[in-house]
Amino acid sequence: MKRYVYINDDESARDLYCDNCISNRKYTLLNFIPKNLWEQFSRFMNQYFLLIACLQLWPLITPVNPASTWGPLIFIFAVSATKEAWDDYNRYLSDKKANEKEVWVVMHGIRKLVQAQDIHVGNIIWLRENDEVPCDLVLIGTSDPQGVCYIETAALDGETDLKTRVIPSACMGIDSELLHKIKGVIECPSPDKDIRRFDANLRLFPPFLDNDVCPLTIKNTILQSCYLRNTEWACGVAVYTGNETKLGMCRGIPEPKLTAMDAMIDKLTGAIFVFQIVVVIVLGIAGNVWKDTEARKQWYVKYPEESPWFELLIIPLRFELLCSIMIPISIKVSLDLVKSLYAKFIDWDNEMIDQETGTPSHATNTAISEDLGQVEYILTDKTGTLTENKMIFRRCCINGVFYGNDSGDALKDVELHNAVSSRSPDVIHFLTVMAICNTVIPMKTKTGDIFYKAQSQDEDALVHAAARLHMVFVNKNANILEIKFNGSTIQYEVLETLEFTSDRKRMSVVVKDCQNGKILLLTKGADEAILPIACPGQQTRAFFEAVEQYSQLGLRTLCLAWRQLKEDEYEEWSLLFKEANSTLVDREWRIAEVCQRLEHDLEILGVTAIEDRLQDGVPETIEALRKAGINFWMLTGDKQNTAIQIALSCNFISPEPKGQLLLIDGKTEDEVRQSLERVLLTMRITTSEPKDVAFVVDGWALEIALKYYRKAFTELAILSRTAICCRVTPSQKAQLVELLKSCDYRTLAIGDGGNDVRMIQQADIGVGISGREGLQAARAADYSIGKFRFLKRLILVHGRYSYNRTAFLSQYSFYKSLLICFIQIFFSFISGVSGTSLFNSLSLMAYNVFYTSIPVLVSVLDKDLSEETVMQHPQILFYCQAGRLLNPSTFAGWFGRSLFHAIVVFVISIHAYAYEKSEMDEVSMVALSGCIWLQAFVVTLETNSFTILQCIAIWGNLASFYFINWIFSAIPSSGMYTIMFRLCRQPSYWTTVFLIVAAGMGPILALKYFRYTYRPSKINILQQAERLGGPILSLGSIEPQPRPILEKEVSPLSITQPKNRNPVYEPLLSDSPNTRRSFGSGAPFDFFQTQSRLSSSYSRNKDN
Amino acid sequence: MMSSNTASSSAAVAGSADSAAPRRNSKKPKYSRFTQQELPACKPILTPRWVISAFLLVSVVFIPIGVASLFASRDVVEIVDRYDNDCIPDNTTDKVNYIQTPGDKSCNRSITVPKRMKQPIYVYYQLDNFYQNHRRYVKSRSDAQLRDNSSASDTSSCKPEDTYNGKIIVPCGLIAWSLFNDTYSFSRNSSQLNVNKKDISWKSDREHKFGSDVYPSNFQSNDTVIGGASLNSSIPLSQQEDLIVWMRTAALPTFRKLYGRIEVDLEPNDVISVTLQNNYNTYSFNGKKKLVLSTTSWLGGKNDFLGIAYLTVGGLCFFLALVFTLVYLVKPRRLGDPSYLSWNRNPGGH
Repeated sequence: MKRYVYINDDESARDLYCDNCISNRKYTLLNFIPKNLWEQFSRFMNQYFLLIACLQLWPLITPVNPASTWGPLIFIFAVSATKEAWDDYNRYLSDKKANEKEVWVVMHGIRKLVQAQDIHVGNIIWLRENDEVPCDLVLIGTSDPQGVCYIETAALDGETDLKTRVIPSACMGIDSELLHKIKGVIECPSPDKDIRRFDANLRLFPPFLDNDVCPLTIKNTILQSCYLRNTEWACGVAVYTGNETKLGMCRGIPEPKLTAMDAMIDKLTGAIFVFQIVVVIVLGIAGNVWKDTEARKQWYVKYPEESPWFELLIIPLRFELLCSIMIPISIKVSLDLVKSLYAKFIDWDNEMIDQETGTPSHATNTAISEDLGQVEYILTDKTGTLTENKMIFRRCCINGVFYGNDSGDALKDVELHNAVSSRSPDVIHFLTVMAICNTVIPMKTKTGDIFYKAQSQDEDALVHAAARLHMVFVNKNANILEIKFNGSTIQYEVLETLEFTSDRKRMSVVVKDCQNGKILLLTKGADEAILPIACPGQQTRAFFEAVEQYSQLGLRTLCLAWRQLKEDEYEEWSLLFKEANSTLVDREWRIAEVCQRLEHDLEILGVTAIEDRLQDGVPETIEALRKAGINFWMLTGDKQNTAIQIALSCNFISPEPKGQLLLIDGKTEDEVRQSLERVLLTMRITTSEPKDVAFVVDGWALEIALKYYRKAFTELAILSRTAICCRVTPSQKAQLVELLKSCDYRTLAIGDGGNDVRMIQQADIGVGISGREGLQAARAADYSIGKFRFLKRLILVHGRYSYNRTAFLSQYSFYKSLLICFIQIFFSFISGVSGTSLFNSLSLMAYNVFYTSIPVLVSVLDKDLSEETVMQHPQILFYCQAGRLLNPSTFAGWFGRSLFHAIVVFVISIHAYAYEKSEMDEVSMVALSGCIWLQAFVVTLETNSFTILQCIAIWGNLASFYFINWIFSAIPSSGMYTIMFRLCRQPSYWTTVFLIVAAGMGPILALKYFRYTYRPSKINILQQAERLGGPILSLGSIEPQPRPILEKEVSPLSITQPKNRNPVYEPLLSDSPNTRRSFGSGAPFDFFQTQSRLSSSYSRNKDN
Repeated sequence: MMSSNTASSSAAVAGSADSAAPRRNSKKPKYSRFTQQELPACKPILTPRWVISAFLLVSVVFIPIGVASLFASRDVVEIVDRYDNDCIPDNTTDKVNYIQTPGDKSCNRSITVPKRMKQPIYVYYQLDNFYQNHRRYVKSRSDAQLRDNSSASDTSSCKPEDTYNGKIIVPCGLIAWSLFNDTYSFSRNSSQLNVNKKDISWKSDREHKFGSDVYPSNFQSNDTVIGGASLNSSIPLSQQEDLIVWMRTAALPTFRKLYGRIEVDLEPNDVISVTLQNNYNTYSFNGKKKLVLSTTSWLGGKNDFLGIAYLTVGGLCFFLALVFTLVYLVKPRRLGDPSYLSWNRNPGGH
């Protein structure tokens, strides 16, 4: 589908495409109530409660006042509807602001100030500096004579640097006065969400120039929500408007993620539902039998002889209503409430603020904090996630000469400085490529300093390094680059830029030396993309070695190369390039092909090595999380060697003899299959050994493995705790997440760049690092953190607490509902199985909403173990991971407890209040008081740490129970007039209540004490250790020992590393595959890892 | 009250922070002990000493209370006389028919007082197997009608005893309709024992639940179906104390309701003769009718349950405390020994 945009044609396109009215609203004033209700009722729980509430309207069967269900139901609905309405209103306000913003638009040939919402496709729009772009525009003119303008795209992709946009060649040179008279047609694709692509054509109508088709790319557009910067004015043609802009198409409501815990709660709810149905059926049958045998004799009940057809249904339905409280109506609201509090705790956490930038952590998705505590696999990106993504130029190798090897910093290498000052041609060329083969824009501050706006950190590092070596890139004026070298200024004209793509893995510029008119091709790129296209005569061995050596050190390498072009060669190629640029189909591929025609026979100048330092605390974090039983996979686009080095230096894999690396590679299916099988075999053998086995796979082999040997690879994924996947594409990252998810593992993906977005969205939990590569990942993620090391706290502290708290809260909610429901069921046995409710409507309603929900809500402050203890014993996370605190068996415990308590309360109440005291209202209040007292003690017993808030909530709630009931007892028209006053004056009431408490709590306390002392769980042991004082350091092993990392942090990470490693290195390009590789060979197994490496002890289903 | 305060204050904290949600790079979260989850907390653990003393404490408190309530219950003198079978003439085969046929059904019983009974002596009637808590029954009343003359027509909940021949029944409903109608009169040594039937109902019921301007009408006027007692339609409901007592429905199928008070002391071996009118039909559902004379204590009537339960719980707690102490002495176990942590023992095991 294509769209034809007629520029400046006021009439034709008006109705064809939507106007520029942005609407993010979900509702309108009219459809809010039906639509919101419809959405809420699409949830099963809500349907169920609605059904119950409707049944209650039938007075024949309702045991209580319908208000006892309608009240909470309406309250809950009102709460969520209000929240939705508020959100929608805010969206409406921001839409309105954007829509009513005034912009200059050409209408009927005159420039007018109109509201943004009145822009139509084809309109010409004028923007001034710092204006926000109201819709997607194709540039046709700027204030810059070269037709360049700068935009900031932070709102679109989160990248904070300035990007250049140019006007299409066809519009070059049109006088700004004539711009609003321009006519033409733009042929562009239908709206899509790809913000990196715009394949279109422009044809201007006479009198403007020719009839030629001019290609348009994304470089000729400015998209909605960008800002115009450093450009006086710009003007463009609206091509996509309103909700059809690229940004508008990108917008979408992501699928809500469901935590494992929610799934478990749903499952338990289902089980309770089934139980309820069984109870209803049994009691319904019993009730009908009793009615026919006994009730007919009870003359005072006056059962009619003739009964309607639905007579048999009445008693079961009554019991259904009576038992409907079994499923707590408040659980959803309570859970939502505490979940948003968990999220707030993450936002508030002072220890997770990135001190450098002051960025706090943020939980975008407030609903999945419990899942953090159940993570089993972490898939992490390397660059910017494990490393700082703060590139520093460290070493280089120019024409076989190594610089910076001694000091670790080439910029301090005297030899290099000497070489520069002696103007050695190789070095000069090398520096020239460093300085200008890039897309960096130099900017001048007011003080005259130069700073660089770069899209890639590598380029930034190179340009800075070149500047330090006296090759200063001072100015970029349209196509003219200015370089200052030792005081003299050199100018280059940029003819073409052959951009970097992840497929090509290199970028080139074609420049013309303004002094001598020579045309040069300057190229930089990954070694495997450059070295194979070196000119045949050149010796590349030295460069191979350099690359090899640098990547052993964990440095990122780039090869720099150049070639002088002949005039005619360039001319010829330039035509091809232009043609490729204007194709509409497969443009990217065509361009790559054309570029390849130019990039050959390069003269390799040298290799740069850039250090990307590990972030602080990465090794400790990884070690702690691995101890916690979490498996780590590293997915990176980087080279294998670099990846392995980083993996080693951050504890990802252990060096020999503790660890073993297995390599899967191969270029063909067969090779991959063989190596996969071999690795699998080794894995199976070694799983029983205390050894860290990891596998390494590269993108190519991964592609084949995922395609043809998915089953084998899945098995491998299950066996292996660690994996390194290098040279993987964003979609492969997402595929790996998918693979692990399909094995039913909880996955967490962490990354920082745009290439991690898919993986982050795919994973159960996505964590974004708000780093230097922009905020794209952080925006797509469920959680954004400033540094990798906060992951430890996020999982071990926040995730774990959230899990524990929700586990208690949800089970407790069921417990309290079951308790009161069981009492009702027991009562029905002594009330002729007729479905009488022991409790009055008011008590039933208040029971769920007030009496029992407040104490449990403050359990969000409960901490079973202190943060320090958890950090020292990350193994304790196992309880959350394996779902030990919320599963059918723990739930059975709570079920049993509620049954036991119901028996205690019921039996004691009806026996203590027998005969002359068996007044209905009194007995019901005694039983209710018993329940409330038991609740308070149960919460107390299950709470691990009491803060003042908890004490107030638990005991204040008990007090408020009496207070509320006294109020109701004082109202003559209420059913329970004077009841509570009477009861509180009776000694027998208090003795009964205390008896209930003692009889209900005694066995539970005894059982808990016995378990706690003689069958303690690990959590209990740590609790005891923590509270009986003293340091909790156990056998000295758990503490993160002062590691050699410290030393590394001072000096560049890897200088000490290679010395103690076996120098059996993988060839750079995996052209000699099929060698099973390990670092060192067949070293005897190491059994010294008695303490911390619990690799196998914490595999999924083992351990007590 | 206090707890709702807490909740609202914590909600306010959450709310205010919500509105000022930390925007990226703009605002650092404010430090407070609440937001950092660092509120000072007390973390008790179940040490043997603590648990054992808790159990001991419970037993120390409960056993005396149990003894006291048992004594209280034993002090109560209670005479229970079941008369439903004996008050039917021996030759009656169809008891239901007998009770449903109008006529004089008076019956004489004599009761011997076993122990001295101090006044006031409460006279109850006890019904067994009578489901006053049955759903059809318990709902069949109109509180509004009972309270207020102006809502006399509010009888929707009273079915099937709401109207008779189109006229509203006051008081309507099954409960009122089935009002207990046996009567008792007592004499000792052929002198009449006065039964005070005043103030046998709850004061609050007389004053607020049963209107002084509500008079019975159309009550028990249906001849074909016999209910219970009829009411004097010239006396307002607030003074019909038998009805008020009856309408306090019982939660259990066995219950006692106050009939009146005897306000003289009864001496041991006094023989009390009771003349009763056996009108109420419990025969169709095998219910029992009992006449109960009872004194009272601080815990109420004679009921050993609380005392026995207190003694049992106290005893069990003492036993548990003892067992825990023994186990603790015989097999002491260090709490919080890190060597119990499996990852500190062997990596592969457990």
